[in-house]
Amino acid sequence: MQLTVNGTNHSLDDLEPDMPLLWALRDVLGITGPKYGCGIGQCGACTVHIDGVATRSCQVVVGDVWGPVTTIEGLGTPDAPHPVQAAWIAHQVAQCGYCQSGQIMQAASLLSETPDPTDTEIDDALSGNLCRCGTYPRIREAVKTAARGLKGA
Amino acid sequence: MGRAKTIARRTFLIGSAAIAGGVAFGVWRYKTPYANPLLTDLPEGAAALTPYVRITADAITLITPRADKGQGAVSLQAALIAEELDVDLDQIKTDPGPPSPAYYNTALSGDAVPFRATDDSWLAETVRSLADAPMKFLGMQITGGSTTVPDGFDKLRHAGAVARETLKATAARLHNISVTDLRTERGAVILPDGTSLSYQSLAAEAAKTEPVTDVTLRAPSDWRLIGQPMQRIDIVAKSTGTQTYGIDMTLPDMAHAALRLNPAMGGTRLSHDPAPALTMRGVIKVVALPEGVAVIADTTWRAMQAVAAIPVEWGPAPIPPEMDAHWQTLADSFTPDRQDSQFRDTGDIETALSKGTDLTVEYRAPYLAHAPLEPLNATVLYTPERVDIWTGTQVPRFVQNNVAKLTNLTPDAIHIHALMIGGSFGHRLEDEVTRHATRIAMELPGRPVKLTYSREEDMSHDFPRQIAMARGRGRVANGQVTAYDLGIAMPSILASQMGRQGIPTPGPDLQIVAGAWDQPFDIPHYRVTGYRAPELAPISSWRSVGASSNGFFHDCLLDELIHAAGADPLTERLRLCTHAPSRQVLEAVGEMSNWGSALAPGQGRGVAFCLSFGVPCAQVVEVTNTENGLRIDRVFVAADVGRILDPINFEGLVKGGVLFGLGHAMHAKITYAGGAAEQDNFDTFQSLRLYQCPEITVRGLENGTKIKGIGEPPVPPAAPALANAIFAATGQRLREMPFDKFVTFL
Repeated sequence: MQLTVNGTNHSLDDLEPDMPLLWALRDVLGITGPKYGCGIGQCGACTVHIDGVATRSCQVVVGDVWGPVTTIEGLGTPDAPHPVQAAWIAHQVAQCGYCQSGQIMQAASLLSETPDPTDTEIDDALSGNLCRCGTYPRIREAVKTAARGLKGA
Repeated sequence: MGRAKTIARRTFLIGSAAIAGGVAFGVWRYKTPYANPLLTDLPEGAAALTPYVRITADAITLITPRADKGQGAVSLQAALIAEELDVDLDQIKTDPGPPSPAYYNTALSGDAVPFRATDDSWLAETVRSLADAPMKFLGMQITGGSTTVPDGFDKLRHAGAVARETLKATAARLHNISVTDLRTERGAVILPDGTSLSYQSLAAEAAKTEPVTDVTLRAPSDWRLIGQPMQRIDIVAKSTGTQTYGIDMTLPDMAHAALRLNPAMGGTRLSHDPAPALTMRGVIKVVALPEGVAVIADTTWRAMQAVAAIPVEWGPAPIPPEMDAHWQTLADSFTPDRQDSQFRDTGDIETALSKGTDLTVEYRAPYLAHAPLEPLNATVLYTPERVDIWTGTQVPRFVQNNVAKLTNLTPDAIHIHALMIGGSFGHRLEDEVTRHATRIAMELPGRPVKLTYSREEDMSHDFPRQIAMARGRGRVANGQVTAYDLGIAMPSILASQMGRQGIPTPGPDLQIVAGAWDQPFDIPHYRVTGYRAPELAPISSWRSVGASSNGFFHDCLLDELIHAAGADPLTERLRLCTHAPSRQVLEAVGEMSNWGSALAPGQGRGVAFCLSFGVPCAQVVEVTNTENGLRIDRVFVAADVGRILDPINFEGLVKGGVLFGLGHAMHAKITYAGGAAEQDNFDTFQSLRLYQCPEITVRGLENGTKIKGIGEPPVPPAAPALANAIFAATGQRLREMPFDKFVTFL
């Protein structure tokens, strides 16, 4: 089994194909940005991109991964944040921060398909991502800022 | 600033114990001399100028002992030290420090004495200060009760000032210059000729300097950081996936564990068969726990799969198995022999109600899970000589003591490495995760084991928010509320929670009536009675604790009586309110919401108020009753914490608190069937989602006389403001949470 994560190719021949991608990333590859929150696709903390599209990594087994995987670590870095991450920093969205990897990956996926989303489109895209701290107002603001940042980029 | 000086003389005792490479001073203590815990393992040339400041050749480290579970506690604690130390937040490291009685929480006991937060009398202040003594004596290093700021506001600034003045004295001695000719700036002492001496370069000599403890704290007009918008220290890491939480801990050769506890809350394991798990891939060991089973494997996923495959015979539930019995127990508790407190009893309520009441109602609040998004976890490395634990906890000293008991080691052999917490809402005030993780790791000595709870185990075995019931009566006359009688029955949160720590809690439990007995209203006949129900499911502190249910009970009864009187909800609350800062938050939300202005068809507007943790908070909620259900349109919030340390953090915590209060009131409950929780994940334990999030407008006031924390106070008024708004829109009174039992939300 071959898995490309953040541009690096990994051979996972020894891994059972029915292990969820989330656990392969976290426990086998040591990539801990995607978080375990519910394991049943209800919270979105594990969201990664497969072929550029936001996907719940707890709901995809590693044997079924159909394209290159990008995690929050591959989106941008503290020194060179992606425009969505930069917007999250500017608005100081995070409280506990545990859901924010997933929120950011979901928002980046939305903006790549819909560069200028309406309020309803933002709500529709991100309502599967649970935030128990209640940072939703700033998530909305940050998505709009990120949209402007991506257009300027 | 005289008060800070008094604190200095009374509690900062100068120590002079020489140790390798440094000298201890500025030790915070009370009667029992608590050693400065930073002096252990202090390298050559380093100085630990107070328990809160450690300076080594390469770094200035500020110790932030209150746990950060998302509320920004690390940044705020660091800012308070940095304000006086004259360092900027981009220059420093932070460290949660070791468990130590030196870091006891002074402010936590203030809410445990029977004086209203609005009572600043000599007697109230004296009793509050006496209640601090046992907190110091026990070395209660606890994060909770929205106390990080009130506890640290003087203490941490003082620590920064002591360190700064000692560094200046050191420079003065070395350069034979009067200390009054020196100033400090960005981590350096500046000599009159402009020479800059970094704190790090002075550290070794500072350790030999007589400490300067009689310091004067700066006036607010001189503050650089406090009150200004700050960037949280953790914000970049949390926006780039680089923040390490407890669940992300990795160590060389680390094994992974999963557990399965008796589904019946508190029940035991009678027997199990480890065989099916032992043949599964990656499994290292099956561990029998008193209440369940655990598997140690080479990955979390394999451990979770294997633990699910173990046949187990479970013991019966020690709690009443069905909810009817829980509610009936509460209903049966409104009796004289169950009366726990009656600290509010003005006028003559019995006579006032003897000719009948205008309203007799009952309210209910369900059990609720804390359900922070990071499931419980702990990494433990056990050896027969010492234990290392990596976890996020609000009670490091409890963890240390309980692990010491389990391992037959002394507490100083238990080393806790505090990690960032992905939310808590009170869950990390409990330490069952480290007890289980230790039992498991003891089966694999010398190898670190990370225990990760599944969401299902985390939620179904949570010690939930209290279940509670209230009964209200009242009387109105001439358009005014004239009599108000509220009784509240719940098991004691304090007894349940401290009982798990073996700590007795004599006397009334004020949380049974918190957010109700202490409200700043002057009603002619006004009584609030607490009834202590027998223990049911084990319960715990949940964001805003007693006030999370009682704020709903107290304000809804008031709203119903105001309606019965035919008065305006805001005007009548203002007429009854006797406390100026509380009146001001009510006036603020009135102005913000344009109270009284016309609404669209189907819209309703509700106001609610609760003073909790010393913070008056008022909210106005606007809802629209649509064909498909209720939509929350807007929320206006005003709260008064005396002084706002960081307006950005303040606004975020207020909005988050409102949404926490609304979301649970709308949708959430934990119920037991056969003694087992019926909700074990976010499909059945529903939360507020982005599409339901209303527009929220926040105003922070600073009229209060004392500085207070904002983590919890926005929660209690949200549910009653929503209930009152729904009544205004639909005419339907909601007296039981969650409301979606009775109405549909969009």
